[in-house]
Amino acid sequence: MTGKTTIIVHSGDMDKVISAFIIANGSLSMGMEASLYFTFWGLNRLKKGGLDKGPLSKMNMLGLGRRMIKGRMVKANVATLETMVKDFKELGGKIIACEMTMEIMGITKEQLRTDWIDEFGAVGTYVNEARKSDITLFI
Amino acid sequence: MSQINLDCRRQNCPVPLVEVRKALRKAAAGDVIEVVGTHPASKKEIPMAVEATGDEVVEVKDTGSEWTIRIRKR
Repeated sequence: MTGKTTIIVHSGDMDKVISAFIIANGSLSMGMEASLYFTFWGLNRLKKGGLDKGPLSKMNMLGLGRRMIKGRMVKANVATLETMVKDFKELGGKIIACEMTMEIMGITKEQLRTDWIDEFGAVGTYVNEARKSDITLFI
Repeated sequence: MSQINLDCRRQNCPVPLVEVRKALRKAAAGDVIEVVGTHPASKKEIPMAVEATGDEVVEVKDTGSEWTIRIRKR
């Protein structure tokens, strides 16, 4: 493998999490490594049953816009978030969960999809990943 | 040496790219992967990815409505 992409997933918005996984899976497919660091609102998406529960970043309209986009995604044959995570893990992608966010929001390991999470870490873990990366993004 | 066929027709970004990568990881050296798809950008991007991983694009065919790419794993 050559090169690496590291993405901070700060937002828990559905559209932004989808973007993060598309970029990460694209990177893995192009022969790179990929790490996703979930922090703040992003961490909610790693909760059991929480992956696709995020609102839309714009035009959510109390969930109406979100439902509409989901329907359009099915029509356009866009993979579901569940499939994206499955592919991400199959291609060797790494998921890091922010410990400080867990503390602030009172989230325990038992509430999280630990089968997806490779590591629990803090900012040092991110910097260590990012310094070896060719692409790093904050979403 | 075997041939692996992937049908990615009507699949959208980044599924064809991801499926090719998954197949390449599972394939043995010398195996040929034939992928059929309709997503326009993937026709360009799959050869880019194959080149990046050091595998070989054997053939790219385009019939207008769909494309076929043959890849050999190195």
